[in-house]
Amino acid sequence: MDRIAIIGASMTQFGVREGSWICDLLSEAAMGCIDAANVDPQDIDQVYVSNMASGEFEGRTGIMNALVHDIGAIPAYTTRIDQTSASGGAGIYAAWQSIASGHSEMTLLVGGEKMTHTSTSHATDIISTLTHPVEYKHGVTLPSFAGLISQLYLHEYNASRESLAKVAVKNHKNGIDNPHAHFRKAIDIETVLSSPVIADPLRLYDFCPITDGSAALMMCPESTAKEITDDYVVITGIGGATDTHVVHERRDPTTLDAVINSSKKAYHMANKNPDDVDVAELHDMFTILEILQSEDLGFFNKGEGWKAVEEGLTDRDGTIPINTSGGLKSKGHPLGASGVAQVHELYHQLLNTAGKRQVNADVALACNIGGFGNCVITTILESI
Amino acid sequence: MNLDLIVKKCIKGHLCYPTHALCPNCRSIMSEETVNLSQLEGTVITWTTSTVPPPGVRSPNILAIVEYEVGGESVKLIGGIENESVKIGDKVRPVYSSQLRDPDHCQRVMECQKWSGHRFEILDKDN
Repeated sequence: MDRIAIIGASMTQFGVREGSWICDLLSEAAMGCIDAANVDPQDIDQVYVSNMASGEFEGRTGIMNALVHDIGAIPAYTTRIDQTSASGGAGIYAAWQSIASGHSEMTLLVGGEKMTHTSTSHATDIISTLTHPVEYKHGVTLPSFAGLISQLYLHEYNASRESLAKVAVKNHKNGIDNPHAHFRKAIDIETVLSSPVIADPLRLYDFCPITDGSAALMMCPESTAKEITDDYVVITGIGGATDTHVVHERRDPTTLDAVINSSKKAYHMANKNPDDVDVAELHDMFTILEILQSEDLGFFNKGEGWKAVEEGLTDRDGTIPINTSGGLKSKGHPLGASGVAQVHELYHQLLNTAGKRQVNADVALACNIGGFGNCVITTILESI
Repeated sequence: MNLDLIVKKCIKGHLCYPTHALCPNCRSIMSEETVNLSQLEGTVITWTTSTVPPPGVRSPNILAIVEYEVGGESVKLIGGIENESVKIGDKVRPVYSSQLRDPDHCQRVMECQKWSGHRFEILDKDN
């Protein structure tokens, strides 16, 4: 089978995009990607739009139809993909499937979310509607899951509170060199540890911000890519998996089984091991999540991810740089855009076009998480 | 009206909270058999204090995952803590509340789920 190539990537400025609504953001990223890939919109067969909650945030539905019309891609087939925070990764999987099945020769994936016009508490409530009724009635939110699991992780593994803070410090440092990032500001451990408590033991700076933004990828069979450009990367492994909807029902709440299971599929398909990965973009919606993923993806042993952060192994110049883009923590987390923006970063890392953020990489991995590990997509990309 | 904390069993005896179409442990169906946890001791597995809760939720909102062992089977639940502080390993018992959260001030439609349920209070160490 022809491998599947990414021939173009783009993202909008992430941040508070006052006056830009969901369709404006999607259109901006889509046009940027069409331009980057040098593709005629009329040659696009399918368009996938990753978005969690435009209806809830903005009272707007049918946004995929609006986008295809706006960018001159009619009559391309389109659909919207919602897999909560993992909508972007799920969009990559759908776009990949569209080409792998032979139904599309050119697929555009656009992920985006418009969030900052509403209050933090309302946005948190919209996101927490993904919880089970027995969780929702208690006011359980995604940040409170992060608090519960952090408390347990620190207790079980005798991990240092500072290691969680160091994830935020590292990702903020990386974000300084990302012109698209929401925050481009260095912080230190003291900044994190003196910020207000949000969900004990986690504080404000352990959490990603609420952000507007969009990102896009153009995908096609490798044989087509070769006719268009020398600068493309290939998706060599992809896998998705689901964990319990109810978080407290997990056998071990500090283990993200869907990360293990989705990555197992992706590693197998790519014929790679965790040791082969040169750079990774992980879903650091909360600092604890980056550490849990780094263990469950097999980069570090269970209970030792926090030590790796303290030892600098995940720094830009470490053995396995994680979140060179700044991660969700500093880049921002416009829900549907995040999984797509992860691969935007890896596309540039593999093509040696990541500027100051550049690391030496031939194999890259993205892990996009919905809920608190409820739905996960792992994607492995390689340079040609 | 029964205000007890009742947990259902599947036909093979696994405790399921909440219930599902199939038991998450063994994929068998739910039975009519139940266990009443109201008078039993649970153990706090982990906890957090949510200081920025969403609309209609008490603030601060101390939450815990609590585990019960009943007849060789274990089951975990999530719920609020009634005390001002809590720690891992604390023993707790359930306390009924007719309204855990104000459904007039949240995103989810009031009629689609229950809003009553149980929080937990820490048992005195002397008990």
